Amino acid sequence: MEMLVFIVAAVIALASAVMVITVKNPVGSILYLLLSIMAQSVLYVMLSGLFVAAFLVLIYGGAILVLFLFVVMMLNIRYADLGVDTLGRLKPWAWVFGIVLLAELVWITMGRMTRFAGVDETFGSVPEVARLLYGKFVYPFELTSILLLAAIIGAVVMTRKGH
Amino acid sequence: MFDYLYIVPLLPLLGFVINGIFRTRLSKGVVQTLAVGSVGLSFVFSVILFFKLLGLEPEHRLVEQVLFSWIPVGSLNLDIAFLLDPLSSVMIMVVSCVGFIIHVYSIGYMAHDPGIKRFFIYMNLFMFSMLTLVMSNNLILLFIGWEGVGLCSYLLIAFWFDKKSATDAGNKAFIVNRIGDFGFLLGGFIIFWAAGTFQFTELQHIAPEAFVFGGGLVTAATLLLLFGATGKSAQIPLYIWLPDAMEGPTPVSALIHAATMVTAGVYMLVRLNFLFLMAPTTMLVTAVIGCVTAFVAATIGLAQNDIKRVLAYSTISQLGYMMMACGVAAFTAGIFHLMTHAFFKALLFLGSGSVIHALSAEQDMRRMGGLKKSLPITYKTFLVGTLAITGIPLFSGFFSKDEILWKSFSSGHGHIIFWLVGVITAALTAFYMFRLLYLTFFGEGRYDRQTAEHIHESPKVMTMPLIILAVLSFVGGWVGIPHVLRGGAWFEKFLEPVMAHIPLSGHEVHHSSSLEYALMAITFVLVLVSIYLAYYLYRKNIDKVTSLRQSMEGLYRIILNKYYVDEFYGATIVRPVVNGSIFLWKIIDVFLIDGIANGLARLVGDMSETFRRMQTGYVRAYMTVFVVGAVVVIGFLVVR
Amino acid sequence: MTVPLDYYIILSAFLFAIGTIGVLVSRNMIIMFMAIEIMLNAGNLALIAFSRYLRIMDGHVFVFLVMTVAAAEAGVGLAIIIAIFRNRESVNADFLNLMKW
Repeated sequence: MEMLVFIVAAVIALASAVMVITVKNPVGSILYLLLSIMAQSVLYVMLSGLFVAAFLVLIYGGAILVLFLFVVMMLNIRYADLGVDTLGRLKPWAWVFGIVLLAELVWITMGRMTRFAGVDETFGSVPEVARLLYGKFVYPFELTSILLLAAIIGAVVMTRKGH
Repeated sequence: MFDYLYIVPLLPLLGFVINGIFRTRLSKGVVQTLAVGSVGLSFVFSVILFFKLLGLEPEHRLVEQVLFSWIPVGSLNLDIAFLLDPLSSVMIMVVSCVGFIIHVYSIGYMAHDPGIKRFFIYMNLFMFSMLTLVMSNNLILLFIGWEGVGLCSYLLIAFWFDKKSATDAGNKAFIVNRIGDFGFLLGGFIIFWAAGTFQFTELQHIAPEAFVFGGGLVTAATLLLLFGATGKSAQIPLYIWLPDAMEGPTPVSALIHAATMVTAGVYMLVRLNFLFLMAPTTMLVTAVIGCVTAFVAATIGLAQNDIKRVLAYSTISQLGYMMMACGVAAFTAGIFHLMTHAFFKALLFLGSGSVIHALSAEQDMRRMGGLKKSLPITYKTFLVGTLAITGIPLFSGFFSKDEILWKSFSSGHGHIIFWLVGVITAALTAFYMFRLLYLTFFGEGRYDRQTAEHIHESPKVMTMPLIILAVLSFVGGWVGIPHVLRGGAWFEKFLEPVMAHIPLSGHEVHHSSSLEYALMAITFVLVLVSIYLAYYLYRKNIDKVTSLRQSMEGLYRIILNKYYVDEFYGATIVRPVVNGSIFLWKIIDVFLIDGIANGLARLVGDMSETFRRMQTGYVRAYMTVFVVGAVVVIGFLVVR
Repeated sequence: MTVPLDYYIILSAFLFAIGTIGVLVSRNMIIMFMAIEIMLNAGNLALIAFSRYLRIMDGHVFVFLVMTVAAAEAGVGLAIIIAIFRNRESVNADFLNLMKW
């Protein structure tokens, strides 16, 4: 049963990822990305990562992809404009090496089928995450707030007209 | 007092330094006083040292003063150290005395020259170098002085540097000297290699063990040193620079090219007499070179028309006598002649300077004449000098030259041919000197009206030195009157401890004193005949000269053109060297080396052009390459 | 039956490879960005899987931080794209060639 869910979710995730790249319409790409995210969220739930699953959908679906959509709409980007494909000569290499990369990564993990042990119910729940976040990882946590601040300022400065 | 040996060369050095640094701030008078005064004080010191030396026992007359250890490296121990023994004592007195006199003369002679300060600066540097040369206790410090006088010779010959002939002459002097120095250094190195030291006193002790008598090493070393001496003392084959050196101011000719620098070669030979005596081959070569040079130079002097040129060739000839003396192991006689020659040759040059000065820079004797009345003091002193150089009895030149002639006949290393050529040369010397005298001071004046109006006797500052030198030329020989003439032969006795005694073939030949008288008489008669000949031609029947010249046209031409030696050297040595240099320059330097350098640069440029194409500026290309790289690295990790 | 760890990892690898190829192949800058997001997500998945396997919560926190950074990056990156668009009237990555020699 679990396997079935896994396979379905995995296939959806992969297929939509491929569609992201290949679809012509940029809005379509965004939507397919969203679908991929959703599928991955399911996988997270299967791995007892309840908090991060919710978080994933919230952040990506709620913030990042909305942002992308805004930009696409604002700039009125339609069908990706053509031009000289500068990658021309290198395109086959890109495909080849992408596949090689895949092969390598798979090879690393091949043949070591490992099983998960059981975990108690609180694993991956919000209080557990919070315990770590405000305990062991409080510094990175605070730093990310500064990071976000910097990002905001950067974005604002970057898009100001008149300079 | 013996702790202050270094003061003698130090004083002119100080003069050089102070005048050199503050040249523009000091007035002409101060510069002159410093320069001349320092030399004068050196002379005073030399005399004091001489008397102190006399106070010691003859065997102990050797004082060394080490200033500091200069190069202590491995087995080499070079010091800056000075040596005072009879030989160096005589040399410093002669050098500083004549030097001082000439410095005083220069105050008058160079009075109107704009470069007079520079002149005295160079002269002081010269005095320092020369005094260092003769006072050094080792061969390398001697060489430093040797090089120093060569440098000053160059600076002073080319003193009027806007004249091309002067700068050419300066170059010639320096370069020819340099060639000789090469031999000097090689000889020195052989000595060090065999004996392990450069110091004279040590060398004298070690020499018998380090060298085989007559062996290859000592012969090679001494021959090389001799080669160096021929450069400095203007002997065959390296004498060619001396006549050209007359381009310099007359005091320079007097000091450097008559009395002091050119004698450095002779001094070096005498200083190393113990080495030379161990190489009979070199002794023979030395005597032959001296003999031939003396003769050939005298013949060239017969035909020259420039008053200074005659004196220049005369110097070469007299130096030949000194060399010959060394070659026949009559070292003391050589030094004796060096001393008397310094006096009368300086006198002759300064006198000629007085004449040139009076005639507003005229140097051609064909345009002189009748100056006896207008320049009385110059004439009288010049006469004394002439008498001295021709070897008239009682004058200094007689005693020294006769000593040499006698020794070249009678010494174990001597030979009758040396004596014969020497006597003939003496006759030639008499001839050309009196020719000079008559042409310059007697007869009708052959100069133009404008020059005639300016003729005047030289000022006191110039005539006093002439008078002093004339006195010295007269009495200077009396310290060496030989036994045969009932003299004490003090000079020879004084220098005795410095000389080694290594007989040639084991037996000394003794000659009777009557033979010596006879030879002396023959020489004297021949000299008188020559003087009469000169008198006949140049005083009484001067018109006969032209017809005589025409009848010997060919020979005359050869002599006048100095046997075309310069031209010969030019074709055989100078031309190939210059051509070789041009080849090296045009082909090897410009074509090959520059080609390689520029080619490399261009290669780098071209390579970078090619690599530049990688910078496409397209992000995607960069990323692709990036990924490729990452994949490869992961691949490595996987495979391991 | 339970899904072994390897499957998750292999899936993550696939997603990552797709993301890489996407970055290299697409001409549109926006698509490029999205491919980068795919890659980040692949990493997240691996993190969670390992975290579950090792029964340590750190992986979850890590994912949290990664997502935060991804969000910040997306924001700034899009701002840049807007700025570029103002200049060049296009989002074609090939038009960014000022670094050409």
